Amino acid sequence: MNRREILRRSAAAGLLATPAAGLLSGCATSGGDDKGDAGAYQGTKSEQNPLGVKEDAPLEVVIFNGGFGEDYAKAHEAMYQENHPKAEIKHSATQEISKTLQPRFVDGSPPDVVNNSGAGQIDFNGLVSQNALADLGELLAAPSLDVPGKTVKDTLLPGTVEVGSYDGRFLVLNYTYTVYGIWHSTKLFADRGWTYAKTWDEHIALCRQIKAAGIAPWTYAGLHPRYMSWPLISTAIKLGGPSVALAIDNLEPNAWKSDAMKTAADAWHQIVKDKFILDGSPGLDHKQSQTAWCQGKAAFISCGSWLESEQKDVTPAGFNMTVAPTPSLGSGDKLPFEAIRGTAGEPFMVPAKAKNVAGGLEYFRTMLSRKGAQDFTKKVASLPVVAGATDGVELPFGLATVVKALDASGSNGFNWVYNNYYRKLERNLVDAACGEFFSGRTSPSEFLDQCQKGADSIASDNSVKKYKRAA
Amino acid sequence: MRHGRLPLILCFLLPPLAIYGIFVLSPYLQAFQISTTDWLGYSAQADQVGLANFRTLLHDGYVWNALKNNAILLVVVPVVTIALGLFFASMLTMGGRKGRAGVTGVRGTAVYRLVYFFPQVLSVVIIALLWKEIYSPTSGLLNGALRAVGLASPPAWLGDPRFAFWCVLAVMVWSNVGFYVVLFGAAMQAIPRDIYEAVLLDGASRATMLRKITIPLLWDTIQVAWIYLAIAALDGFILVQLMTNGGPNFSSDVIGLRMYDTSFGSENKFGYASAIGVAMFFLTLSVAVLALRTARRDRIEYS
Repeated sequence: MNRREILRRSAAAGLLATPAAGLLSGCATSGGDDKGDAGAYQGTKSEQNPLGVKEDAPLEVVIFNGGFGEDYAKAHEAMYQENHPKAEIKHSATQEISKTLQPRFVDGSPPDVVNNSGAGQIDFNGLVSQNALADLGELLAAPSLDVPGKTVKDTLLPGTVEVGSYDGRFLVLNYTYTVYGIWHSTKLFADRGWTYAKTWDEHIALCRQIKAAGIAPWTYAGLHPRYMSWPLISTAIKLGGPSVALAIDNLEPNAWKSDAMKTAADAWHQIVKDKFILDGSPGLDHKQSQTAWCQGKAAFISCGSWLESEQKDVTPAGFNMTVAPTPSLGSGDKLPFEAIRGTAGEPFMVPAKAKNVAGGLEYFRTMLSRKGAQDFTKKVASLPVVAGATDGVELPFGLATVVKALDASGSNGFNWVYNNYYRKLERNLVDAACGEFFSGRTSPSEFLDQCQKGADSIASDNSVKKYKRAA
Repeated sequence: MRHGRLPLILCFLLPPLAIYGIFVLSPYLQAFQISTTDWLGYSAQADQVGLANFRTLLHDGYVWNALKNNAILLVVVPVVTIALGLFFASMLTMGGRKGRAGVTGVRGTAVYRLVYFFPQVLSVVIIALLWKEIYSPTSGLLNGALRAVGLASPPAWLGDPRFAFWCVLAVMVWSNVGFYVVLFGAAMQAIPRDIYEAVLLDGASRATMLRKITIPLLWDTIQVAWIYLAIAALDGFILVQLMTNGGPNFSSDVIGLRMYDTSFGSENKFGYASAIGVAMFFLTLSVAVLALRTARRDRIEYS
């Protein structure tokens, strides 16, 4: 065998290193039989210890190391430690929740608390359908840690329980309250003498004015175009009422092609047709588009209330980012202009097979105490789902506008959850449809057809568990 | 003598074989088994579904769309990379000006060789992020240059389904060429100079020399390059995932990304993803076997 022959043979052997075919099963391994140690640590319940935490049981917490960092969680752990001095707390933080934890779920030895968030989030549909999550119902009924006379449930903002419930069981604690709207800089608007438009016609007129001033009215995350589905669906819900969202969440036939969705898609098509979008936006990712917006290259952007902390490093001083609801289509709207989409986000869960389930619930009770919530607000400038968490805390400009928008919206606030039920539908299918629509390659009706086709493919997929919500 | 060798052989061969068996072969076998289940990845429970996953696979438009892109990669990436690699390598070893005595490379050969090899030193992740910024429509280097030469509205590259896939393909070629320049260059050094001098005396042009002498003598190396590149083309996962994540509208999707997305991305159907993996395994195997068979030629020995 000469040198060339060896080269040739080694190329053939290179085949055995073919990409990744064996990779998936690397996660499977031996976890055949379930170890019976779920909830191994169980103490006795008492008035001081309503969840029955065993005082010396160790607690393992895994945090998603994203926009909020991990310091807030370390503070919560210290508070837990104060109340349970004998407990040993193991803390870790990662950006890859699913890849890191998947083998431990299979093995039956998951951590006690998981902050299942970020791009590497584990699909909740799969977790719920595999009964991998502990029921948090007991937590809701437990008394609040530091608000006398109230249960934990009484201290939560409305909608928190609903958004974390699957078939009526409360399984996921979404810890932050997120508002989705259209953002602009009040400084830019004041300098130019513009005011945010309350109706769609005025919005289009304003866009024309902004464009004439040499600024692009809009930009968006072209590589994650689902960000633009949020204002579009919001417009439709404000026109047709919350039933529009209900139909979409419940995968009702032709839910995406309702009259309200059609009218909303037609309206939004205007900003594409009239070229109100910053050139090149379809090729920008979320960071790049948000930065272009912060640099004043565009006037409006659609985002959630994490925008302010995400852009902290590049926002010029005095930029004053402000969130506003989507403009009303007209006087026929079922919801007023002030109505805005608000929902609990940043999911936390206790795996059903965790050794210290009671400890996990108790950790949540600590997070949801007034002290824990206020500390969170101070550390990461975001709203937790606990009422009154912002009392006496000085808020940054953007977050203050979020609080104001929420107050104004009041009971008219709305939300949808199809993205929680069927992650693929929003992340993949509606996302792709938005990309085509907002870069001008499809018409409004083609856009809705593509979304509907995606929803239908989920509805007809027997391997996906379906959920329904009542209202 | 003989009885002393056996323990030695066992000592050196068994541990690597055992490691290979545990970490490579057994996951492969297990992937075959998982591909016949509906395992969802977060519990130990999985039901046998027979070949249902493979039936779904046959009718999955997204998988076929990804396979189509892999097929294009399979044809274009090796051809372009090998052609560029051969061209650069021959310029570096024998592109020197005519009339001089002997066969030499162009001036500055050592510098070029170093520069071509740069991308090989960078990790794929860095290459992907680097090019993502270069392609950025508003602040990228590419559109900056296009605007500088007077193009009013240059394309959105990664945001445009007409270009996104080809942009990734270009990066794939760019990051691979350097290695093959070095590989072919080394092989060309091994070709005896007197052969070239003889054909030069006979009046052969540079092109004829490349076609009639260099390529036939390098055939084994080219074949190796072809197989490596074909395997790389069937993968392409890292670049695509980081640069476009398969978008816009699935226009740059590849089969590896389908598998990843089905298991760790937007869903967690590990059973179905394993079926995609098994399909990939057979595809890669057949491509390599085909490449080995069709490229077989008589080898020329110099000595």
